[in-house]
Amino acid sequence: MDTVGPAKADLALTGEGADNTQALTYPRIDCKNVSVYYDDKQAVFDVSLAIHDRAVTALIGPSGCGKSTFLRCLNRMNDTIEGAKVTGDIFMEGENINSPDVDPVLLRSRVGMVFQKPNPFPKSIYDNIAYGPRIHGMVDGRDDLDAVVEKSLRRAGLWDEVKDRLTQPGTSLSGGQQQRLCIARAIAVRPEVILMDEPCSALDPIATARIEELIDELRKRYCIVIVTHSMQQAARVSQRTAFFHLGNLVEMGDTDQIFTNPRVRRTEDYITGRFG
Amino acid sequence: MSKMPDSSLITPKALKHLKKRRAADARFRLYGIAAIVFALSALALLVIAIGTRAYSATTQYVYQTEVLLQADLVAPEGETSEAEITRNIEGFYTLVRDKLFTEFPEATQSQATRQELSELVNRLAVLPLAERVAANPTLIGKSIKVRVPLSDDLDLYFKGSSPKDVTVRVGSAGKVQTDAEGSINLTGTPGLSKVVSTRSLLEEGQTTGSVLLAGGDAVARVEALTADAARLTLLTGELEDLTQTPLIAHIIPLPEAERPISDQQIAWAIALKKAGNARRVLHTSLLTHTDSTYPELAGTLAAIVGSLLTMMVTACVAIPMGIFAAVYLEEFAPRNRLTNLIEVNINNLAAVPSIVFGLLGASLLLGTFGLPRSAPIVGGLVLALLILPVVIIASRASLRSVPPSIRSGALAVGASRMQAVFHHVLPLAAPGMFTGAILGMARALGETAPLLLIGMVAFVAEVPNSATDEATALPVLIYSWASNAERAWEPMTAAAIVILLSLLVIMNVVVVFLRRRFERRW
Repeated sequence: MDTVGPAKADLALTGEGADNTQALTYPRIDCKNVSVYYDDKQAVFDVSLAIHDRAVTALIGPSGCGKSTFLRCLNRMNDTIEGAKVTGDIFMEGENINSPDVDPVLLRSRVGMVFQKPNPFPKSIYDNIAYGPRIHGMVDGRDDLDAVVEKSLRRAGLWDEVKDRLTQPGTSLSGGQQQRLCIARAIAVRPEVILMDEPCSALDPIATARIEELIDELRKRYCIVIVTHSMQQAARVSQRTAFFHLGNLVEMGDTDQIFTNPRVRRTEDYITGRFG
Repeated sequence: MSKMPDSSLITPKALKHLKKRRAADARFRLYGIAAIVFALSALALLVIAIGTRAYSATTQYVYQTEVLLQADLVAPEGETSEAEITRNIEGFYTLVRDKLFTEFPEATQSQATRQELSELVNRLAVLPLAERVAANPTLIGKSIKVRVPLSDDLDLYFKGSSPKDVTVRVGSAGKVQTDAEGSINLTGTPGLSKVVSTRSLLEEGQTTGSVLLAGGDAVARVEALTADAARLTLLTGELEDLTQTPLIAHIIPLPEAERPISDQQIAWAIALKKAGNARRVLHTSLLTHTDSTYPELAGTLAAIVGSLLTMMVTACVAIPMGIFAAVYLEEFAPRNRLTNLIEVNINNLAAVPSIVFGLLGASLLLGTFGLPRSAPIVGGLVLALLILPVVIIASRASLRSVPPSIRSGALAVGASRMQAVFHHVLPLAAPGMFTGAILGMARALGETAPLLLIGMVAFVAEVPNSATDEATALPVLIYSWASNAERAWEPMTAAAIVILLSLLVIMNVVVVFLRRRFERRW
């Protein structure tokens, strides 16, 4: 089983300043012995893995394997679920984000998230993007905010489609546009990591293709973790892949290796469609 | 192609099933329509029943005349202060009564007839006039037009509800002469045969009721009647007037002893109406007057204000408390045995009979805390307790209807739980919450029982100024009016019910408006 070694405290190479669009081998997030319990039921068992910066990491596995649950550990969204308990250490830039001293609200401004179903706020497109920067006090004045909104929408590849109707409700957009709006909303608070929980499962193939292109584009600036049911998607967009089964991390490695030369039998069975 | 196999979709068996299913479908639809028709007709029946009863209370008969405001009567000792004038009801009443005496001089002959004529207008009916003069003392010494409500019995008579009055056109009168004994004989009037036949029909052959003949300004009572002649007693006007215009007979089947107004009073009433001095006007005093023991003077103003003050207290307590309780329970409270217990209890509280809350208010708010009796603040607090469970349940339901993805979306961009609730969930849940709150308020507005127990049933003649003044509420007023014996209260009660229903309709319209205005889709 391939597990990447623990992160080094030296993270200079992964900082914002590093102008390297290639996947770096240094991890941005380093998880150690992460277990998740819902009340008495354990959903994730002792998962240890490293997530690389400026790369897309895909979490694959059959339904109920704990991949989404694991993803939600990375921005402490499990805190909002009653009875959920997360143990183990998750280091991000040397800080254990699973420690009770870490403010999950602050953490979530650094680790954005996009959900399965597009969930824009029932407000204007502009307000959807502006909400995050506003509550975090990231902007001074209207001009600054306008700039952030434009930049976020541009990065999400939505600017040209919506620039003339920013005051219209975000819910009036098509499904694919809504999902890109949600990505733009996540980008607007300048996160370092973006978590995506099956972002294309509610979209048609064309919208899916656009999101995938976008993910590929975003990879140059952010560390992206994506949960997906589609193995083709994992193969297309990710550089690293982790295979989960029954709450365990079965195998993790470069995507090419996982799909062409899996080391574990279960991985191979799943990828070739023998179960799942 | 081979022949269609037996597994065709149109086998007799399948057709039978289809027919059965279609019949069941049609039956179900029919039941639904029947239920709706039943509900609608019940509603229509209610509205029609109350509406027709209340209709007669929308107008009122008043005595309209011009009086000279003599200083010695309205402000006896040269007093022109507002309070002095308002207190001098007797003087104003004398003015109006004297006006009636000049119109019907025959009444001044005896104390009894003076009394009878005075009964046409209630003493307190001049109060608005007194207030008007008090507010503007320069009117003193001038002649002004006044309208004072006629007594409720006369009002009912005019409106044809009691006693019944059947008019018959007699036509031109024959000869009238006074015989040696002083009684008046009308002869040569063939039109009287119609009166005879109508009367025997109405009174079933008996002659216990009265027949009045009106002609010109005069009204006379029929003492004996044949097909073309009658012996009369002149009740008002001049004898010569009687034959000036075609005669009209008023047949009143109810014997004089059994009705509140005498033949003499009816005669005056007929004369007043003919002269245009008894007029039917819009019954505005129903909305501008406070309660009174006399139906012609009673109004709902104090009760409306009392109800509004009570509702204000209820709204100020129940809405914020209910909404905050709902937000806490739905968004922040942990799910455990304690919150489950609280939830069950809230649901149970919604089913507690309202009178129990009245008892609680009486013993706790009045007894222990010593709050003033009959005050809107106590009523408001009791009603707030009463509707609190409803508001909480409605608010929770509306919070629950906000999709969780909105909360996750807000949390994921780094909003705190509080921010997620207040920035995103509450605005989306607001229309539902306000709907629940207003429906709760509508329920509170119609509550009677708890208010009876905290003493809001007291007779209140003053419009309450604050939530601690003595007050009553609309449903309680309806309750007390309905328990009055006089017939005149019946249309008044119906009118008060219409006012209450209109307030409820207004509240419901607000609900619909809020829903339409703020409802959003996601």
